[in-house]
Amino acid sequence: MKQKLLNISDLHIELPEGSDRQYAIQKVDLELKQGETLCVVGESGSGKSLTARAIMGLLPEPHVRVSNGEIIFNGEDITKVSYERLRDLRGSEISMIFQEPMTALNPVMSIGSQIDEIFRYHVSMSKAERQKRAIELLADVNLPNPTQIMNAYPHELSGGQRQRAMIAMALALKPQILIADEPTTALDVTTQAQILKLIKDMQTVYDTGVLFITHDFGVVADIADRVAVMQHGIVVESGTVKQVLNNPKHPYTKALISAVPSLTPRKAKTISKEKVLEVKDVSKTFGGGRGLFGFGKPSRQVDALKNVTLDLYNGETLGVVGESGSGKSTLARCIIRLMDTDAGAITIEGTQINLLKRKAMRTWRNKIQMVFQDPFASLNPRIRVGDIIAQGPITQGVAREDALKRARELISIVGLDDRSFERYPHEFSGGQRQRIGIARSLALKPEILIADEPVSALDVSIQSQILDLLDDIREQMKLSMIFITHDLRVAAQVCDRMAVMQYGEVVEVGKTKDIFANPQHNYTIDLLSAVPGKDWKGISPTVNAGKSKAKAKPKSRSKTS
Amino acid sequence: MLAFWHRYKRNRSAVFGLVVIVLVVLMAATADFLYPFDPFRLAGKPLSAPGTNGFLLGSDSLGRDVAAGIVHGAKTSLLIGLIATLVAVFIGILFGALSGYYGGQLDNMLMRITEIFQTIPSFIFAILLVAILKPSIYSVVIAISVVSWPGVARLVRGEFLSLKSREFVQACHTLGMSDLRIMLREILPNCLSPIIVIGSLMVATAILIESGLSFLGLGDPNIMSWGFQIGAGRTMLRSAWWVCTFPGVAILITVLAINLVGEGLNDALNPRLRERN
Repeated sequence: MKQKLLNISDLHIELPEGSDRQYAIQKVDLELKQGETLCVVGESGSGKSLTARAIMGLLPEPHVRVSNGEIIFNGEDITKVSYERLRDLRGSEISMIFQEPMTALNPVMSIGSQIDEIFRYHVSMSKAERQKRAIELLADVNLPNPTQIMNAYPHELSGGQRQRAMIAMALALKPQILIADEPTTALDVTTQAQILKLIKDMQTVYDTGVLFITHDFGVVADIADRVAVMQHGIVVESGTVKQVLNNPKHPYTKALISAVPSLTPRKAKTISKEKVLEVKDVSKTFGGGRGLFGFGKPSRQVDALKNVTLDLYNGETLGVVGESGSGKSTLARCIIRLMDTDAGAITIEGTQINLLKRKAMRTWRNKIQMVFQDPFASLNPRIRVGDIIAQGPITQGVAREDALKRARELISIVGLDDRSFERYPHEFSGGQRQRIGIARSLALKPEILIADEPVSALDVSIQSQILDLLDDIREQMKLSMIFITHDLRVAAQVCDRMAVMQYGEVVEVGKTKDIFANPQHNYTIDLLSAVPGKDWKGISPTVNAGKSKAKAKPKSRSKTS
Repeated sequence: MLAFWHRYKRNRSAVFGLVVIVLVVLMAATADFLYPFDPFRLAGKPLSAPGTNGFLLGSDSLGRDVAAGIVHGAKTSLLIGLIATLVAVFIGILFGALSGYYGGQLDNMLMRITEIFQTIPSFIFAILLVAILKPSIYSVVIAISVVSWPGVARLVRGEFLSLKSREFVQACHTLGMSDLRIMLREILPNCLSPIIVIGSLMVATAILIESGLSFLGLGDPNIMSWGFQIGAGRTMLRSAWWVCTFPGVAILITVLAINLVGEGLNDALNPRLRERN
């Protein structure tokens, strides 16, 4: 029988007056045993992060405070202990890793001295001993060259390596509880898979209780023993991972789980033979500039795109899939002429648009439009929604009244209230803003729509609504779409064909169904096998069979992170 | 607007500053009514102490009324401060917007020009300009704007640099909007808050520079100003303290009040700083 480490009962955290609800979390009961992983799942604003912070005593007091309930850790109520006792507990008994390792690490201290700090403050050891222990720790989390990493500064490591270093720090004193607050959200999917495995491995070695906070049910399926689902500060359902994922009871859990896109590709459409857009041998290099008088070394050059060739057929959705830095956004920006290409041709209806001058390009703007990633940055905060949507047609010479009339129609097409017309963007939620962004891109009646990660900033339930909307619109307006995403689940549900990109190159193109069933390139295989929760809402076993091939990868990322 | 006033009035000293400025403006506006005669007019016995010979704040060595000078000087100070600031802000926005928006070689060139202006000590540069242009109210305004625009240019450039890569600006490019329209309608409204704040503080600096120039005798000889009054009375500071002191206090209070207002605007317009108290 495993020992019970943490017992949270009837926990209430009160928010300051004038907030949109009185309690950030209410009546929360959770417990964590030794060697167990408890996942707390919820959408943004559900109170999952505050719960974690309450356990560490990191609430932004006095505005936000525990008003009722207790957090018992080994028989001691953490909400009542003195500040000194809390400081003893933190780091040694309970430790935490954060979402963004770059901001959680101190940029002006080497990794070694940051680990050293933990030992210095909590235990007495000689300097040599501390050094030795730190190197051991870094080796434990599979960092290459631990001695070198000791002297490295955070910016010299990759995202995954930083997160590994964070985990090493968190485990330095063999804490009984590890709290992980969305530790893989900022990482690429292949790195995420490695980090999740590392946390799991470390847990077995140290027999730690892990409280894992996430919004991603795929991750839950991979790592959790038990799950607690939170909504508006209340735990609506909890149970073992099997119970909750396969047999959810609460309507909210059901809705969340059904909103997670399946990895089984949807039925493919018959694709027309007519090409609406051709991208041929497009290259783009960043950097290489010099100072005012041409002095100084030219800066480092990066090949963002290398001889990319793609075709978009009439009425299809072409997915462009890849991790950060693969060049997929650069490709989108080159096609829509936000950036200039260095070489190659982008052709619509026989015209090579990447060579057009800005004025000449203006008439082509009607044909091709874009939906942006971040709904909070993509709308001008100083302009009313109606005007934002009408801007495009007005710029293209449509009379103001007609443009505004069209904007009103579009607002109802994207499912917003008619009153939205007069409001400013800040009055809307993320999902609603993304609808406004879609309406803006449709105002010019484009034939081609480029969607650059349109749902990656949204909660999963809203994500599925926006994907449905895009699908409806595509049918209604007979659009051809280029859909850029890092999320293979989304790609499976949206795309007819897929192009996989790595380091600025398209490594594989094909029908979505075929790629998922039988990936050819090693990188595609890596990507597919790294998707979290594939055994739960996964795909045919061929992917796993392909895993063995991935061992002998000549070109795939030699990421040690 | 109401919400803005609500935030502004949370800063007590800013409200105080605003009241003082309103009083100074009222004083300047009613100058011809309070003292209908020319402030250079010899009004009575020279060097009368405050309260004697019918002088509220005394008279100077030529028998000019100090109080009349202060009231009429307020008009000069405020006008010059305001106009010089407007001109400087205009030049600054022009330079900053172009170099921030277009970047590259144009940015390089415009910023080097800005730096040339920044490296010359501003007051000495102003003296030089007025000396070359011959003292008049126009040359004073020109001199003050020429020495104070680089700060605005730097600020506006930074704002444009960060805003131009925002997605809403990129969206405007994809709609085919012209550069001018993007700069004026999309980006500029989003950086108005810091411009208003720096502008309000620049009014105070402009008043100080103007007083300094007049003190040195480089102001417009036909227009009464606070700096001129101090300059005229400085030799008699020990025998007739009132000639310098009252205009000096007027400068002090006005500049202080404008600074308080500027800070209040900053708190009210910058939502992140708002949470401080």
